[in-house]
Amino acid sequence: MANGDSAPPLAIKLSAINKSFGDVHANRNVNLEVMSGHIHGIIGENGAGKSTLVSILYGFYSADSGQISINGQTTTIRSSADAIYKGIGMVHQHFMLVPNFSVLENVMLGHEGSLSIETGAKKARKVLNKLSQDFGLAVDPDMIVENLPVGLQQRVEILKALFRGAEILILDEPTGVLTPQETEQLFEILRALRKKGVTILLITHKLKEIIAITDDVSVMRGGEMVAHLETTRTSPAELAELMVGRKVLLEVDHTPATPGEPVLQAQDLCLTTMSGINQLKDISLVLRAGEIVGIAGVSGNGQSELLDVLSGITAPTSGFFQVGTSNITAQQPSNPARLRALGVAHVPEDRHKRGIILPFSAAESMILGFSGAHHQNSGWWLSPSRLEADCAKRMQDFDIRPPIPSLASANFSGGNQQKIVLAREISTQPKLLLVGQPTRGVDIGAIEFIHKQLIALRNAGCAILLISVELDEIMSLSDRILVMNNGQIVGELERDNADEKRLGLMMAGITTDEGVAISQRRVRS
Amino acid sequence: MRSLHALPRWADVGLIPLINVLTALVVSGIVVAIIGENPFEAMMVMVKGAFVYKGSLGYTLYYATNFIFTGLAVAVAFHAMLFNIGGEGQAYLGGLGAGLVCLMFDSMFPALVLIPLAIVASAGFGAVWGAIPGYLQAKRGSHIVITTIMFNFLAASIMVWLLAGRLKAPGQMSPETRSFSANAELPFIHDIANAFGMEMARSPLNLSFVVALLACVGVWLLIWRSRLGYAIRATGHSTGAAEYAGIPVSTVIIITMAISGGLAGMMAINEILGVQHRTILGFTSGYGFTGIAVALMGRNHPVGIILASLLFGALYQGGAELDFEFSTITREMVLLIQGLIILFSGGLAYMFNRPLAYILGALLTPRIGGGEPHG
Amino acid sequence: MADLWLQFLLTIDATLRVATPLILCAMAGIFSEKSGVIDISLEGKMLMSAFAAAAVAALTSSALVGLITAIGVSILLGLLHGLASITMRGNQVISGLAINILASGLTVTVGIAMFQQGGQTPNLARVERFRPIELPLAEHLGGVPFVGSIYREVVSGHNILVWIALTAVLFTAFILTRTRFGLRLRAVGEKPEALDSAGVSVTRTRYLALIIAGVLCGMAGAYLSTAHGSGFVREMTAGKGYIALAAMIFGKWQPRGALLACLLFGFLEAVASRLQGVEVPLIGEAPVDLILALPYLLTVILLAGFVGKAMPPRAIGEPYLKER
Repeated sequence: MANGDSAPPLAIKLSAINKSFGDVHANRNVNLEVMSGHIHGIIGENGAGKSTLVSILYGFYSADSGQISINGQTTTIRSSADAIYKGIGMVHQHFMLVPNFSVLENVMLGHEGSLSIETGAKKARKVLNKLSQDFGLAVDPDMIVENLPVGLQQRVEILKALFRGAEILILDEPTGVLTPQETEQLFEILRALRKKGVTILLITHKLKEIIAITDDVSVMRGGEMVAHLETTRTSPAELAELMVGRKVLLEVDHTPATPGEPVLQAQDLCLTTMSGINQLKDISLVLRAGEIVGIAGVSGNGQSELLDVLSGITAPTSGFFQVGTSNITAQQPSNPARLRALGVAHVPEDRHKRGIILPFSAAESMILGFSGAHHQNSGWWLSPSRLEADCAKRMQDFDIRPPIPSLASANFSGGNQQKIVLAREISTQPKLLLVGQPTRGVDIGAIEFIHKQLIALRNAGCAILLISVELDEIMSLSDRILVMNNGQIVGELERDNADEKRLGLMMAGITTDEGVAISQRRVRS
Repeated sequence: MRSLHALPRWADVGLIPLINVLTALVVSGIVVAIIGENPFEAMMVMVKGAFVYKGSLGYTLYYATNFIFTGLAVAVAFHAMLFNIGGEGQAYLGGLGAGLVCLMFDSMFPALVLIPLAIVASAGFGAVWGAIPGYLQAKRGSHIVITTIMFNFLAASIMVWLLAGRLKAPGQMSPETRSFSANAELPFIHDIANAFGMEMARSPLNLSFVVALLACVGVWLLIWRSRLGYAIRATGHSTGAAEYAGIPVSTVIIITMAISGGLAGMMAINEILGVQHRTILGFTSGYGFTGIAVALMGRNHPVGIILASLLFGALYQGGAELDFEFSTITREMVLLIQGLIILFSGGLAYMFNRPLAYILGALLTPRIGGGEPHG
Repeated sequence: MADLWLQFLLTIDATLRVATPLILCAMAGIFSEKSGVIDISLEGKMLMSAFAAAAVAALTSSALVGLITAIGVSILLGLLHGLASITMRGNQVISGLAINILASGLTVTVGIAMFQQGGQTPNLARVERFRPIELPLAEHLGGVPFVGSIYREVVSGHNILVWIALTAVLFTAFILTRTRFGLRLRAVGEKPEALDSAGVSVTRTRYLALIIAGVLCGMAGAYLSTAHGSGFVREMTAGKGYIALAAMIFGKWQPRGALLACLLFGFLEAVASRLQGVEVPLIGEAPVDLILALPYLLTVILLAGFVGKAMPPRAIGEPYLKER
């Protein structure tokens, strides 16, 4: 370890790293110095090149050019095996766990210790117990991973890395799936690790986390490293500015709503999977014309399922909801086509999976959901020239670039793809708009445009249900906020009463005052 | 570095299939050389056998007719990302449908009624045999590849059972139905030509070739100009998007498989109504599997499928000629070529893409100096 | 009564003989599919190795050299399948299908060139085949009621490959559940990226699985032409590879289940061949063709989830792509 005056050793030193995927230059001359025993943050917007950089460090990708030194020694990392050998461990954004394996099997995988797994397992169990105690990482080694809650699955990932002897731990967007409370617990673990001399590289796009836990921070933008700072000497405002390259106006021009008649009424909606898991429990809500209702929650707590039910993709297992005068129940389910005809538009959470079809031309993606025979009066057939003419007009209205209707949807940027979806959904003048993650993976310019569009639509009398994992987005756009946890709506706040702390606790499922007190004690201890 | 998608369309559609065929031919040629024959001689025999000899072109087109139907069948399913390897069984049952109609009605109805009825029956039986695996995939989640394989064997068992049993012509040993009356015969092209005063060599080529071409037009309209085709392609590219759009994915899968099976079933009209004039054991002869090679080479587009069918028609007809000219090489050589084509254009599809994209990239965008293109 | 008992024993004996190649192929299928590679090329690998075994046995007068060649050929085809589906990330079904068609063409073409017998190999002499192994005292103990007759008719008199096939089931089960390689194999078929991030090569694990599958298929092929039969006949596998595939699915990708399914399918075939041309009361002539179709039908019914549910490995059929 560092002894006083001499410069502390560098755990990681990256020099002039370059990496391209096809025509996309994901990393451009990236330099990075991470001091041993520090928690070092890398912050940047989605698509800034953070994940690519750490994937290079972990041997998942190989850099086109550049140099890597670990603990002062220049090395090449060709594979994950190399990285592990050099003491690098990684907790991936999408967990690298075999779902039907036990915790123990997952931890052992690749480091079984002997040809027979039984002998290896005995030793592994011992090591695992010790690690669990040392770092407060308790997990039952015999549980099957897919039955564990996400927070615990993440612990297994950390245990895996430590089991392999990691002295440098990379965490890629570790908090996306966690509640604020679970996040705080994770940070406790990270602090404990730092105390034991582990170097931590934390990748995130959340300013708050950088401020809360890191010692140093590097900022990435558009594939380049734009700044290295000591965390105590910077501010969220400065970091935000560095991330996006100019002053951000996150505040939206939001005027008080004038809610009208109810457009959507849901009563006791439930959704239970075949295996008996309750994804939605007794959801009741009312949405009125001319208001935006936001739904906050950690992703994976039923928001996606709620969107699927309300848009008609999935039928509820019990309960009902009413759009206009139509009742949709488990016995009389609807479908997306019929709901569209009732004036329900839907901007889906995942535009690549649902919103557009990547190989289709923009013109073809522009009629997704409107290709059914009852939408246009040309019967069984489609006319490409007419589709392209319609598409060209909408591209102009929504400033979609490049304005080429025949271009494959895959060739548009994230923001322009989202505008294609929005153009399609808004131009039908819907009575009800269901929006999921409207600005995920979208550049700042397009975010402003999309937010303005949503407010304008609300002012025109449309009811909007907004689902987003970005609390800032929820708070700046919504007139009312509902909070979901574990498939239930656990609370409702008026716009003016909503703050991050209250929302955070509710997102964790803590609603009573007593619960708040208990949880606060727990977080502090 | 250029990405995989950087290959220009003309190269993907034209050059790659050509390279695939050439590679397959070269490898087969090496096999021929190892056997001790001259591959170029063998090639000449095949070309002559397929195009030059009297009536050979007719044979080539007759084989091509089968492949157009089975190739279209595979292609339509491919557009919904369904891999229908059950063309063989669907065609086989198509022959049962056509056969049953002819056995029942051939003395009752005139050709103008009987033949359309038999065509509908062949398509219908094939459609059912395709739709069941489609249903099992859509509603029960059974892997369509496995079920269609199983359905090929089931079809074969049913046909053996029927043709050696109930449908066998009385007083006959071989497992086949009685011959149909002349009402059930699709006219041969050479007969039509003769009727118009044109001399034409005899060949099994019959009117179903025209039906096959019409089917190509139909498939093109279906896939690229109809709402159903949009739904099929949307389902194929993204089930999630199709669900979101309110496209009934399960129904589309079942309908697609029915259409696919129906097209495969229509292969029977060439064999049963056009040539054999009775339903016989094993008339499909693996043509259903050839359809996979045809669809792969033809890039699932009707025009490509016609061209690929001509190629395979020529291979089959030319291959038959090998039997006569050589003692050591036989028509099984064609199976070898076919297997290699499937391997190169399907399994090893990306083997040529990357180097070719690289070469074309270098040729088409000549760079001056060594400057970084992105600056 | 005694006759009926003997008939029954002979059928069970035949079941084992018929099931042997199915068992070997099904275990081969488990190795490749557990690793995430769809293997419909079992048929082609078996056909090619059946030819290789018989051809080489005929040329060298050694069944063993034939077997080794068969295994070699089968491994080569496995590697070709691997090249297409692992390295080149092609479509695994298409690659498997190509190998099957290739095998059909190549066996006949090479067979005619080598032996000029229309694609067959010459009839193999006794030394060129794997012969039945009479277990000690089989004839003497045959007289002992019940147990003795089972010993003589069912247990004794099988060739070495039958015993290898049964051992292969234990081997497969052992590898999968008890060894490091088995753990990695199961992981790579469920979640390849987990294995990759653990520092183990996905490619190498999958290739290894395909090589083991190749060995097993090679033995299955050799069994057909140099143990069960006496020489290669064109298309002699006649769909057995697909039945093995069906048995593997029927056994839910587990060695024990697959073994039971192979025995069941083998039993159906043995019964069918005994019933050939036999008049059955009420039905008339036994519907042998339909009995032979039962494995396919049963597999479809199982796949459709009408009895239980067969869940394939999660990552099956998807080439592993590290860089997007």
